[in-house]
Amino acid sequence: MSDLPQAKSSWTSRIDVPVATAFGCIILLLLIGSIYSTNFLSPAYLLQQLKVGAFLGIIATGMMLVILLGQIDLSVPWAVTMGAMMASAATAYGPWGEALAIPFGVLVGVCLGLVNGFGVAYLRIPSMIVTLAVNSVAQGLMVAFTGGFSPQDSASTAMKFLGAETTILGLPNAVLVWIVVGVLAVTLLNRTTFGRAVYGIGNRERAAYLSGIPTQRVVMLAFALSGGLAAFAGVLLAGYAGKAAQSMGDAYLLPAIAAVVLGGTSILGGRGSYVGTVAGVILITLLQSILSVVQMAEFGRQIIYGVVIIAMLLLYGREKRFS
Amino acid sequence: MRGLRYFIDEHRGTLLAAAIFALMFTLYVTNHPAGFTPNVVQTAANKGVLLALVAIAQTFVVLTAGIDLSVGMIFILTNCVASYLVVGGLVSTTGGILAVLLTGIICGAINGAIVIFGRLQPIVTTIATGAVYYGIALWLRPNPGSTDDFNGDLADALTGKVFGVVPAGLVFLLGIIVVIWLPFRRSILGRAVYATGSSEVAAYMSGVPILRAKMLAYVLSGLLAAVGGLFLTFFTYSGEASLANGNTYTLYSIAAVVLGGVSLFGGRGSAVGAIFGALAFRAIGDLLFVFDLDPLWQPLFQGTVLLVAVSLGSARLFRVRNRLDLFS
Repeated sequence: MSDLPQAKSSWTSRIDVPVATAFGCIILLLLIGSIYSTNFLSPAYLLQQLKVGAFLGIIATGMMLVILLGQIDLSVPWAVTMGAMMASAATAYGPWGEALAIPFGVLVGVCLGLVNGFGVAYLRIPSMIVTLAVNSVAQGLMVAFTGGFSPQDSASTAMKFLGAETTILGLPNAVLVWIVVGVLAVTLLNRTTFGRAVYGIGNRERAAYLSGIPTQRVVMLAFALSGGLAAFAGVLLAGYAGKAAQSMGDAYLLPAIAAVVLGGTSILGGRGSYVGTVAGVILITLLQSILSVVQMAEFGRQIIYGVVIIAMLLLYGREKRFS
Repeated sequence: MRGLRYFIDEHRGTLLAAAIFALMFTLYVTNHPAGFTPNVVQTAANKGVLLALVAIAQTFVVLTAGIDLSVGMIFILTNCVASYLVVGGLVSTTGGILAVLLTGIICGAINGAIVIFGRLQPIVTTIATGAVYYGIALWLRPNPGSTDDFNGDLADALTGKVFGVVPAGLVFLLGIIVVIWLPFRRSILGRAVYATGSSEVAAYMSGVPILRAKMLAYVLSGLLAAVGGLFLTFFTYSGEASLANGNTYTLYSIAAVVLGGVSLFGGRGSAVGAIFGALAFRAIGDLLFVFDLDPLWQPLFQGTVLLVAVSLGSARLFRVRNRLDLFS
């Protein structure tokens, strides 16, 4: 492997081809959109897109951590839904419940992630399988809990405040939350031993272990973070929509993976930057938005969506022969 | 005696899957109010056969150490195609079936071409192509529906019973094993698939045609998914572009493959194991009904069984002598 993360001399040297291409495609999408309607370049529209993208962005942050390890988290759909439902359910339990709604929702997600992480790190089950199984267990729990209907509990004031409202500088609160999560993620990945360990394990877990990294703990923690972030996004989504709904998380799994991969993070792990993930999230959000604005039928949206992802990856996401 | 031990060692996963299935199915049948009658078996078999076909499709790709997250979507797409084309008399029905199978083969070949020549990872590739296949299915069948002169006779024959006892679906599965799996397993390219899955680099160094092997695996996967789609049409007489159905079958196919002892790291397992895995998984899901529990608990039950089943695989950890082997 010639492209191990090298000592970074300057900030500019970190800009790589995938990230640049992704941002190029964002600009291209905006241009195409602006031909269709001038509203595409208006700040109101762009902020709206950022707000919609913020939920995906938070989920993709957790997904990226896991993908950097060379693993994958397929339990996102029901981690999102579970976070939303549990936070809404907690709200119904008086003032204390309302105050603890957000932490409770996130905690449930962290627990889910810990189960994933335990399975992957200690039981050595392939992540694709264990997260899939945990996803169906979470689904089962929620179906049994709600009786298969969308719960009647509505989101707490704090959830609505974070998910739906706008306070300072006209920036939606959801975007501010994403910025905070993003800054924390960048710090975590680039400035802590944990972040270094994540890249190390992604490149070769054996080598990381022999270098004295507690690899199993790091993997478990990364999955816990992913679960917690997915649930947190679910909490915000419940705030955005007013309440939780069955299978509200289903629409986020594939876009989250696509956003991370389009941002230049290798699905094999060990390589990728958070800027790329941000670009990927914006790209996916814009693409979805443009397809719905031009009133493309659902079938066309799916086809274009798939073709664009393949085409972009063929541009720059190709693996080397026998890495 | 020695030969027997080797046989057991080689087929441990398959035998384990068969044992799990036998256990679950016995539980199911002995507690079923109607008991062990041809009708009970037929109903159980028909549900199992669909998943078994998709699981075989998944097996081919998993053997190359890849994963196909688009099998469910190919299944749905071919179901929609079949609901238009499997019509009329013998000639047009045959033509229709061939067209459906060809659709599956093309879908598989597209996946294979992107993975092999585009050198993209199977997981992302098939997520994206799956979206495309689903889009096409939705275009064909915006609403669930069927064609008036659908060939119901053929459908009934293949989903009924042979000699009034044996479910035709199971006979058909046996046919698939004999006609597709065994020749594949014995062919040079079939061995190449196993070699590629075990170690792509070693296979390449040994002059194994890895590109052709992978392509064959993806094409066969598409073909089997199409057979599954065809069967779904035989059951329902109609086509439906159901996203939920597609996703469910993709996920369950992975579960079935794992239960069936096919290694996700590639190079180990068989379609027979996958069939038993699929049948066992279905039997587990049906257990709740015979025990007359609230259907609301079914997803939780199925999920828990799945989680426990995959955790059993980590029993191998007790045999790890060197901690480093954990990370290989």
